[in-house]
Amino acid sequence: MTKTSTPDLGGSAEGHLTRLSAADLGAAISAGEITSEEITAACLDRIAATDDRVHAFLHVASEAALKRARAIDQSLAEGRSFGPLAGIPVALKDVFAQRGVPTTCGSRILADWRPPYDATVVRRLEDAGCVILGKTNLDEFAMGSSTEHSAFGPTRNPWDLTRVPGGSGGGSAAAVAAFQAPLAVGTDTGGSIRQPAAVTGTVGVKPTYGGVSRFGLVALASSLDQAGPCARTVLDAAMLHAALGGHDPLDSTSLPEPVPPVVEAARRADVRGMRIGLVRELQGDGYQPGVLRRFEEAVAVLTDLGARVTEVSCPHFEYALAAYYLILPSECSSNLARFDGMRFGLRVGDDGEATAERVMALTRAAGFGAEAKRRIMLGTYALSSGYYDQYYGQAQRVRTLIAQDFADAFEQVDVLVSPTTPTTAFELGEKVDDPVAMYLNDVATIPVNLAGNCAMSLPIGLADEDGLPVGFQIMAPAQADDRLYRVGGALEAALVDRWGHHLIEEAPQP
Amino acid sequence: MAELTRDDVAHLARLARLDVGSDELERYREQLGDILRAVARVSEVAAKQVPPMSHPEPLVNVWRADEVRPGVDRDEVLAAAPAAEGGRFRVPRILDED
Repeated sequence: MTKTSTPDLGGSAEGHLTRLSAADLGAAISAGEITSEEITAACLDRIAATDDRVHAFLHVASEAALKRARAIDQSLAEGRSFGPLAGIPVALKDVFAQRGVPTTCGSRILADWRPPYDATVVRRLEDAGCVILGKTNLDEFAMGSSTEHSAFGPTRNPWDLTRVPGGSGGGSAAAVAAFQAPLAVGTDTGGSIRQPAAVTGTVGVKPTYGGVSRFGLVALASSLDQAGPCARTVLDAAMLHAALGGHDPLDSTSLPEPVPPVVEAARRADVRGMRIGLVRELQGDGYQPGVLRRFEEAVAVLTDLGARVTEVSCPHFEYALAAYYLILPSECSSNLARFDGMRFGLRVGDDGEATAERVMALTRAAGFGAEAKRRIMLGTYALSSGYYDQYYGQAQRVRTLIAQDFADAFEQVDVLVSPTTPTTAFELGEKVDDPVAMYLNDVATIPVNLAGNCAMSLPIGLADEDGLPVGFQIMAPAQADDRLYRVGGALEAALVDRWGHHLIEEAPQP
Repeated sequence: MAELTRDDVAHLARLARLDVGSDELERYREQLGDILRAVARVSEVAAKQVPPMSHPEPLVNVWRADEVRPGVDRDEVLAAAPAAEGGRFRVPRILDED
């Protein structure tokens, strides 16, 4: 790899620029103090200097990004107005179609695919004047909690390169945590934005289902998938959320209502009088003591800020993981049927003799990794005649009860809170061959996806045992995304006040 | 729940169009069995009278005006295909005969 600059983060202009928030960078661009090209070049230098160790990116679009940044600078100079994220570089999880740009979903089956169209998320980033730096690594088709199920090798956690960055969106979270990009886009089907945010000391938000268009997002589980922001601050996440969200006629499940006032809520950051519920079922057994300690302290901070904290029971949450790992494979086995080697992507065994059916089986065997195959077969089983009602049908009824638990809880409180994950980042290789142990990482994040509500994870400190980041989850009702930012903004401000900096400033340099 | 057999796994693989080798069947049998035992917990919930939930939103058909609009470019689509011929996808033979 050629390096054009050293990662001197103390003094160099590039190093300084990569550490600023998107909000500050946007203000500096508007004030004419810096250009998008300078910021973009700084991010690309930082990627070049660090990504051989972190491996957050599958594809870096250096030339296209610089060209785009120069065009934005030119448009701004001509007086065109885009919004507060004009000129800001963004990393994109490699599960969004981007016209003419490699879009692999972390899978060999799409290794050489270049989509003929753009996802709505890509269009929204363009409308906002953002600069797409490249595509970030993920577990294959977003199935996993460690990014180890990527066909192109794992991403490493910038806090400790022997640890996972979470998953499936480990690449997007690591890119933000390693100061390679101020912002990234992720997708969250069972926690794939929030769990990586928690273990990398960053902020991640799963918007309300339907809040951000799924058009051009390669589907894993269509009733659960939701795109959202990854950032280093709550305000930055709100700004990206506002840019991505809103109705899209190309997605029939896109909500007609506008994005809730998330940026205003992040700035207001006031929890006085808010009712906050601790979910009894999402703490205690199975949670690392250091995670629980930081969580309790953060709750105490919210109480000090004037929130009214009570404990709330959601009795069916303990069945959420089981219901999810029936519903998700069922939907995924159906969605992934389109990868058949006929119209796009890999084709294996087409020797002129083999039938289409044989070519499909050979292509899918060669193109999918072990986790994808497990979930496809599991879904096929759960949906098969004779087992449907016992598995998929029963999981759907449990899903109703989980949604009802949320509805009952939100009669009593404005938001629910819990640790985002039971533990801090685990070691690479630790759980990769034990699917059930891997699935347990998602125990606290999954209920929100099943119900279609919204949630945020933000960093609240380092666990005493291992010095690794701990995430705090805030959950709100559908279309009340602004509440996440009110609570998250207030908690972040109080913690930054206490520490004198954002937690991510303590991350070692990879 | 009955234990999965190697034949069950082979059948699932066939249904899912996955060419799973006989050397892999045992590993998938164990792993799928572990997962099924874990997810079987859903049956502990008394939910016979509960309506199933397939989606967070009440799904309705969404219509748009019936207007001619440009679609994706044919040549661009075929350029991303594994094989194309005469402006169409070229696929392996469909029928299992000579």
